[in-house]
Amino acid sequence: MTYFRNIVETATSVFEGMSITFAHLFRKPVTIQYPDKMAVPLTETLPDRFRGFLKVDMEICTACLACMNDCPIDCIVIKTKKDESSPTKERVLTQFDIDEAKCMYCGLCTEPCPTGAIHFTKEFERATEDINDLVFKFVPEGQVIVPYKAPKKEGAGDAASEDATDTTEEAADA
Amino acid sequence: MQKLADLLISKVTVLQSIPADFVYLAVQLVFALVMLMAFVAPFAGIVSWVERRVAARMMDRVGPNRVGPQGFFQWIADGIKSILKEDIVPTAADPILFRLAPYLVFAGMFAAFVTIPFSSGLIIADLNVGIFYLIAITSIVVVGILMSGWASNNKYSLLGGMRSAAQIVSYEIPAGLAILVVVFLTGSLSIQDIIKGQGAYPWQWYIFDNPFMPIAFVSLFISSLAEGNRTPFDIPEAESELVSGYSTEYSGMRFVFFYFEEWANIYLIAAVGTALFLGGWQIPPAVKAWATGLGGAASVILPHALEFVTFFLKALVIVFVIIWIRWTLPRIRVDQLMALCWKYLTPFGFVASMGVAVWMVLFPQGVPVVRYALCGAALAVLLYFFYRVAYQVWYSRQPVHVNPFV
Repeated sequence: MTYFRNIVETATSVFEGMSITFAHLFRKPVTIQYPDKMAVPLTETLPDRFRGFLKVDMEICTACLACMNDCPIDCIVIKTKKDESSPTKERVLTQFDIDEAKCMYCGLCTEPCPTGAIHFTKEFERATEDINDLVFKFVPEGQVIVPYKAPKKEGAGDAASEDATDTTEEAADA
Repeated sequence: MQKLADLLISKVTVLQSIPADFVYLAVQLVFALVMLMAFVAPFAGIVSWVERRVAARMMDRVGPNRVGPQGFFQWIADGIKSILKEDIVPTAADPILFRLAPYLVFAGMFAAFVTIPFSSGLIIADLNVGIFYLIAITSIVVVGILMSGWASNNKYSLLGGMRSAAQIVSYEIPAGLAILVVVFLTGSLSIQDIIKGQGAYPWQWYIFDNPFMPIAFVSLFISSLAEGNRTPFDIPEAESELVSGYSTEYSGMRFVFFYFEEWANIYLIAAVGTALFLGGWQIPPAVKAWATGLGGAASVILPHALEFVTFFLKALVIVFVIIWIRWTLPRIRVDQLMALCWKYLTPFGFVASMGVAVWMVLFPQGVPVVRYALCGAALAVLLYFFYRVAYQVWYSRQPVHVNPFV
């Protein structure tokens, strides 16, 4: 009897199995066809703390060099100089390069930054034939950027006006 | 083909000065060449794409879709890539046998196409021992596979070759018994005669002729799968055990020859099943009368075209089932393989042949009621199957996506 039961079980289980595989033909594939056909842009699907390329917001960079000093593999190069043309001889940034090819995305540079200027983005797609393309220059060559100065601590609640007075004082000095 | 050659001789006066046998031979060779170039090779390639797409959809993937529309030219890309690959012959391999093996495999497969009909007139050679020739010539493939396994000088290749040989030799017995049943009914070994013995409608097919024929059909189908080394009988090239079996040491175009044989063999299995059991190229007589009555070139071409389409569509259904089985059933063990052959299929074959013989003695004219009943039973099974599919679709609670192209 086992003999005949085997035959029946084989036939019925193959029948059932084939109905299952056939039913899968009517399902939408779950494949995400990156990068051609994306239902939502990829960056929107990434988690908030994703470690993509480093980016520096030059408007709030204080040129404190904390990130450069903390970088364990020295992929950040920052150069400053005294601006001789300015009467106040203030310090200006002449170079702020991050070699994203060397960067290991440890995030140690983002921690000491006093203003949060250096931070991770969600971008990571930068295939290139020349590895030097991965050196991000945040100060355009031949230009200088005046570092951000933190407002004075006196009127803590009125940062905007402090800024304004700062600039007026500088203007008066000039 | 003889008719076509006769027509050619009567039209072209130059040919009348040559002995007719030479003209027949030339026409057959040209037709064989055209079939290899224009039918078998593209079919094998396209089936590889179809299989990958169908497999992908059954696994909720998309499959190759980058070369051409829906990835249709994937097979051409694969072929070009394989030709450009280095042709490696291992140092320790037997250089002559290693090089010879793919050709034997290929020749054995292609020689079988000689007796595969496409329509009532389109056949390379309608041998009077057609189906017997087909069984015999496909055995050359075994020699090629065993040779490739031995010549590779690699234990996995040898194991794969030995397994394949054992499997093909064993499964020829149930396959032969199932074919014998059809030969009983027809009284001829010629494939064209076998098809002429059937009709266009399902109840005229040999599969529904008597209650033993479905058993023979299933038995032949399973045996063909095993002979073609298709899953669930692909133990000769079981990746998890034998790397890639007898084709492990092959690369480039020689490797493709083995796979070409495998893909083309799918059509061979399907064509034999169609011709022997599913009515072959038979179209309803009324349609044929209408097509031949059109006059002009259409009356010559259209009947054959319709017959070809009929045959090809039936074969395609079997090809799809073969692909579908591959992605449903897991690979079986060697002992299970042999148990299936000797304990189940061979007795089935004997039961079927004895049953059909007795049936033919009892009812020499056949029993129409039984034919209709079997037809109805098959339809009922098919309907129940689609009910099960609908149930599975409902049970998965996934949105239904009918479009085959993603």
